[in-house]
Amino acid sequence: MGKLAKISGPVIVAEGMSGSQMNEVVKVGDQELLGEIISLKYDRASIQVYEDTSGLKPGDAVVGTGAPLQVELGPGLLKAVFDGIQRPLDVIQEKTGAFIQRGVNIPALDIKKKWEFEAMAKKGDAVGPGDVLGTVQETNITHQILVPPMVKAGTLSWIKSGKYTVREGVAHIGKTEVGLSHLWSVRKPRPVKEKLRFANPLVTGKRIIDTFFPMAKGGAGAIPGPFGSGKTVNQQDLAKYSDAQIIVYIGCGERGNEMTEVLTEFPQLEDPKTKKPLMERTVLIANTSNMPVAAREASVYTGITLAEYYRDMGYSVALMADSTSRWAEAMREISGRMEEMPGEEGYPAYLGRKLAEFYERAGKVQCLGSPDREGSVTVVGAVSPAGGDISEPVSQGTLRITKVFWALDANLSRRRHYPAINWLKSYSLYDGELEDWYAQNVAKEFYPLRAKAMNLLQKEEELQNIVQLIGPDALPDKERLVLEATKMIREDFLQQNSFDPDDAYTSPQKQYWMIKTILHYYDKANDALATDVSLEKILSAKAREEISKLKRIPEKQVKTTCEQIQKDFEHALR
Amino acid sequence: MIKEYQTVKEIFGPIVFVEDIQDAAYNETVDIIMPSGEKLKGQVLESSRGLAAVQVFGATTGLDTKTTRIRFSGETLQLPVSDDMLGRVFDGTGQPIDKGAPVVSKEKRDINGFAINPYARASPHDFIQTGVSTIDALNTLVRGQKLPIFSTAGLPHNELAVQIARQATVRGKDEDFVVVFAAMGITNAEAQFFMKDFEKTGALERAVLFLNLANDPSIERLITPRMALTTAEYLAYEKDMQVLVVMTDMTNYCDALREIAAARQEVPGRRGYPGYMYTDLASIYERAGTIKGRKGTVTQLPILTMPEEDITHPIPDLTGYITEGQIVLSRELHRKTIYPNVDVLPSLSRLMNAGIGSNRTREDHAGVSSQLYASYAQGRDLRQLVAVVGEEALSAKDKKFLKFADQFEKRFVQQGRHENRSIEQSLDLGWELLSEIPEDELKRVKTEHLEKYGRKFRAGGKK
Repeated sequence: MGKLAKISGPVIVAEGMSGSQMNEVVKVGDQELLGEIISLKYDRASIQVYEDTSGLKPGDAVVGTGAPLQVELGPGLLKAVFDGIQRPLDVIQEKTGAFIQRGVNIPALDIKKKWEFEAMAKKGDAVGPGDVLGTVQETNITHQILVPPMVKAGTLSWIKSGKYTVREGVAHIGKTEVGLSHLWSVRKPRPVKEKLRFANPLVTGKRIIDTFFPMAKGGAGAIPGPFGSGKTVNQQDLAKYSDAQIIVYIGCGERGNEMTEVLTEFPQLEDPKTKKPLMERTVLIANTSNMPVAAREASVYTGITLAEYYRDMGYSVALMADSTSRWAEAMREISGRMEEMPGEEGYPAYLGRKLAEFYERAGKVQCLGSPDREGSVTVVGAVSPAGGDISEPVSQGTLRITKVFWALDANLSRRRHYPAINWLKSYSLYDGELEDWYAQNVAKEFYPLRAKAMNLLQKEEELQNIVQLIGPDALPDKERLVLEATKMIREDFLQQNSFDPDDAYTSPQKQYWMIKTILHYYDKANDALATDVSLEKILSAKAREEISKLKRIPEKQVKTTCEQIQKDFEHALR
Repeated sequence: MIKEYQTVKEIFGPIVFVEDIQDAAYNETVDIIMPSGEKLKGQVLESSRGLAAVQVFGATTGLDTKTTRIRFSGETLQLPVSDDMLGRVFDGTGQPIDKGAPVVSKEKRDINGFAINPYARASPHDFIQTGVSTIDALNTLVRGQKLPIFSTAGLPHNELAVQIARQATVRGKDEDFVVVFAAMGITNAEAQFFMKDFEKTGALERAVLFLNLANDPSIERLITPRMALTTAEYLAYEKDMQVLVVMTDMTNYCDALREIAAARQEVPGRRGYPGYMYTDLASIYERAGTIKGRKGTVTQLPILTMPEEDITHPIPDLTGYITEGQIVLSRELHRKTIYPNVDVLPSLSRLMNAGIGSNRTREDHAGVSSQLYASYAQGRDLRQLVAVVGEEALSAKDKKFLKFADQFEKRFVQQGRHENRSIEQSLDLGWELLSEIPEDELKRVKTEHLEKYGRKFRAGGKK
């Protein structure tokens, strides 16, 4: 047991801590506030405390727990709302009321609830880490109970179906008891058999993303933008509509009211595929901006560990971290209190490494154990660069490691063009790996079509510079037509209203038909111009208006509607 | 347990280092008794064995290392709260300055408060009518929201704040609406302006004022907003009142934060402001909210002046990342003598959608708002084009948009300082202005709303 020697904000120094380990969790003071050792020098330990340190005094007791920061993994995680160190906020509310008090130590999972465990393995089976022992029906999601990674392989000497709490043993491997839940250190990635190549996209239903800047299942992406550009709305949309099986949503240092929005909305919204409430597949981690800064630092690790746990069962998991900048700032604050030598803009020199380590925990994997199964963790991190300028260290450190960049643009959001993702600045490096998937599942000509659309948008940018100087009427018809076509791409395809139920989700097939129809319009109009049809006649055709209504056409009618529009337009040009 | 020492080792700016002490608790409050007998308040910033760094809420002029006495209270900074505080004026540290008696109450609250459990929050959706068209119709304020005013030096943000404080009501409900006002580093003249206006309109009885003036100690500013919010939380959550907290000027607050950080020789972040400024501001702004099962709410209207009109400056930047939107004031409109000079294009209320519509304001609200916004944006774009190619080059349609933008500023944005428009008046005014725009250009309003609310203003009237 050590004694507190110095307190300055969320970082304290304790003496007499010999025998303690790096990253060991300690309890501080009478209220047993939780903290984590972040540096050691002889018997002096610097500790980040996960709660407000007001009132602590030199001389207060500091007791090590012998273990690093861990989360409890087992049934009951889905539908839960945790703070940054996996304390359930609903239980905290029952205990301390509407305001969070200090020193609440409660288990992460309900330890009284009985779960129906159905054994899959049999007595006498040889089992090892990652092997499936049985299942528990958690929500509409089936929770696989696996041999935890740290348990040695051996023979199953006892296993029984039945009702168990998370802490009760359901099987014995040799002499080791295995229960429904186990503990895992948040800073240690969970092991996998191997990492796999990306092969399929995370279908998001957002046209600009799926068509132009697709995300791979298991990939990592960043969405940086100034305030008011729609980071949170985009992140929430991904959580709502993407085709991942499990969603982990981390509200890291953001607004309390936003978490409330998720909490009130998700139970009412349906998963587009299973028709069950979205909450059934979701874990929320809420460490809002006014909650302790050290717990904010931990929240990101807590989230990714929960994501890896479901990945190990063979699920595709998507993790949204909103916002990683607040996480980086938490690191900066703690580093500053430790009086470390700062790197760029006061951030610690190890910022880049921490970001890389975090995003590298994303991936598509062959899961440990048998039966064979593939799982994935896709990570999308929101970044909030100061002043919207992405030359700052967090944005740059993130872009070095993530392969998808959705650049939010204040100018677009100011024009109420949503999603305000800039099509000329964004990129996805998963293009090549996903080409086969799109060719097989959407259409062979999908990739050439999107390339063509992007070329037009690029051309528009050049033409706009001229228009600024001489006005649109001075352009030749051929170029005015380009502007008409790109206006259609922008307004009728890229713009998408998240709050309109008909428009919020578009399947890749529908996206294909929409973009195909717009480009058909452009091609045919271009041909017509060449045969001296006037631009006025082309523009007066009804096709433009029909295309603008495509967003709201139900999926089933898209193909016939689009074919009709194309036919009518060709007819109108004759 | 109170302990007193006479062992000041070092005085450095607003920080006093005290040695040979029994262990001081982090954040505990301290009385500093000057050689003259005058008493100052302070707070422990850093505590280690036998040594404490104390930030002094007051001028350290006159302190010495020999006779100055330091008294540790053993408690964190607390404020006695009661509903007798309504109608009273306090200084930045909570001492009455209106010649009234000190507030006596058994109820004491830690001024840092506690974080609202995100699970306990209710989602804000009750429309607050401020009587200002640009806010009510285009950037709707709801109860429990934090909506700052981004201004710059020399603009009438105080007038606007006073007008909102005076006119704000929740419609259809007979509820206690009170204003808690926190002034940080404003001039005496500005303070007089607020006081006078509150007194004149009788709003003072329904208000609590905390005033830290420009010549008051700057470090006091760190506690002034927390005093105000502690009072607000008490009135809202214990006394079921609807509280509007006006805080001006947050820029002075942030400068005080920087001053302390510099005195502690901390590693500075952008423009010298400390790296934890986001967290610190969040600990203020996040105290707005509504809580499930409680009647009262805390709504915040912070005001800040953007240095050099730069919205990317750390103060507006970090504020914008925390608050739910912003009302931006424009120098250009001010130059055109338009009051209130709200520039609606960069302004935003994130909670607007939750607070408007048929049950809350009017069914056509969303459509009208979006249409006004889009048409005005189009008009503004055309102004730039006119500057290059001249107005003759514009089409007849474009000229209408140009005219609309002018009328929008002159009639919709501009209103009297005592003109209190209902939301219906604001929306109808919107329809009236939109009547100048060809019908096929009104893509954002629903046809049935146009027929019901807009038709009567259009040429030809009823169709």
